[in-house]
Amino acid sequence: MSVEKTYAEINSKIREGKAVVVTAEELISLVEEKGLSKAAQEVDVVTTGTFAPMCSSGAFLSFGHTKPRMKMQKVWLNGVSAYTGIAAVDAYIGATEMHEDDPLNSNYPGEFRYGGGHVIADLVARKPVKLKALAYGTDCYPRRNLETTITLDDINEAILFNPRNCYQNYNCAVNLTNRTIYTYMGMIKPQMGNANYSTSGQLSPLLKDPHFKTIGVGTKIFLGGGIGYVAWNGTQHFPSMIDVDGKELGSAGGTLALTGDLKQMSPRWLVGTSYLGYGATLSVGVGIPIPILNEEIARYAAKKDEELFAPIVDYGEAYPSFTPGNLGYVSYADLKSGKIIVNGKEVPTAPLSSMPRAREIAATLKGWIQKGDFQLTEPVKTLPSPADGFIAHSIKED
Amino acid sequence: MSPKRIVLRFGTDISVKPIVYRLVKDFDLVVNIVKADVNPKKEGTMILEVTGDQSENGLNYLRELGVSVQNLNQEIIRNEEKCVMCGACTGICPTGALYMERPSMEVRFDGDQCVFCQLCVKVCPMWAMEVRL
Repeated sequence: MSVEKTYAEINSKIREGKAVVVTAEELISLVEEKGLSKAAQEVDVVTTGTFAPMCSSGAFLSFGHTKPRMKMQKVWLNGVSAYTGIAAVDAYIGATEMHEDDPLNSNYPGEFRYGGGHVIADLVARKPVKLKALAYGTDCYPRRNLETTITLDDINEAILFNPRNCYQNYNCAVNLTNRTIYTYMGMIKPQMGNANYSTSGQLSPLLKDPHFKTIGVGTKIFLGGGIGYVAWNGTQHFPSMIDVDGKELGSAGGTLALTGDLKQMSPRWLVGTSYLGYGATLSVGVGIPIPILNEEIARYAAKKDEELFAPIVDYGEAYPSFTPGNLGYVSYADLKSGKIIVNGKEVPTAPLSSMPRAREIAATLKGWIQKGDFQLTEPVKTLPSPADGFIAHSIKED
Repeated sequence: MSPKRIVLRFGTDISVKPIVYRLVKDFDLVVNIVKADVNPKKEGTMILEVTGDQSENGLNYLRELGVSVQNLNQEIIRNEEKCVMCGACTGICPTGALYMERPSMEVRFDGDQCVFCQLCVKVCPMWAMEVRL
């Protein structure tokens, strides 16, 4: 008989300390051992995890007022500009903003040592951060400039708000040209000298709920070592993986916008990150619980690396020129084996997404739920799923 | 004959002495200076690739002068605090000194295999690979 559970039933088991919680990898073993039906009946919650660079990340900071008052027009944190086109002492520090004096790619490939992601990591590590602000002065906000040092504890609010995190799936990047290239997928050697990929495969949150049956607006999650929530779908949320002409895009997949109080997060799970020749960003740890409401949800959550595929994309020519298509698909089992075959050639692979950290997140979240500290939230709104047929458009130029 | 890669450390008294010249002239060694930080006011370091039949004699000469001579593999260091075990370094390391253990997917560093190309130092997104000079 097929199993049906509700959020309320699962939460009541969590409160009683009786919920059966396993990580997505443990579910795979359980299904292999006992079969899908039995596993779906037994398991209440499956935990997932991912730890990887997630560029569309940042934090809203509200510094508190100065005396006399100031309507900040330009703001820098440790020399990295933050966006202040919002209220007087509010700013948004974006993960990929670079230090004002960074040479960028003028000395190619640039090192991009310190950017917004590093500022966020320093804040969450409770390091002092230099705040500089300029203003034009108004009758109500007369002050023109400010230079001081802040810490995360000094300021009123710090809200991590990441418009696009947790990519469902991602390209496996290779380089068909004759020169080394430096990309957001790392350094890729010429003539397919190496291949980089960046999801945790069978532990990756959105690969385990591909139809967005349980992950939606309001879902409570592990974010940056603390508690966070799904705020909305992420930008470029294209779970259908089909482009306007009906061709498979391959790369895209679903994404999530995530938010949470930065003050309760940890530097272990928000790490400033630099890609040679590309830029700076923030690595974010995300873990999402999936309630096993029925067998179908269990079936997707139990998908293993052998059944999950990434498209192989040439970042030398096809990607930068926005040429559609790919060089085929490869399973995460093959990617994790250390080598794949592309166009008949053996290519060594390397991940950019940390499996040991992803496992640690899934295990940590499992522990929180088992202890009864963390109950599941039913989405207040579901997110667009593949059935909704969202498709990507490129910019129209005049 | 493959070159010996060595790291030299020496006090301010050595900084003013032409030790590389002596290695070439007296011991007939082919010397390639990979990296040098020589300043008469502070401790100096130098990384050399040395080739030649008398390389051991040449290194003994340096030791007698009071120069600390170490093999290179001790000098690239992984900062365990910073490393998140992503694995980005493993695809570009030319000798497999940085590799992934499977199935744990943990990153390991075998200093004996390291040829000090320093690619990992630049490529590591977390700046976890450090050159100790």
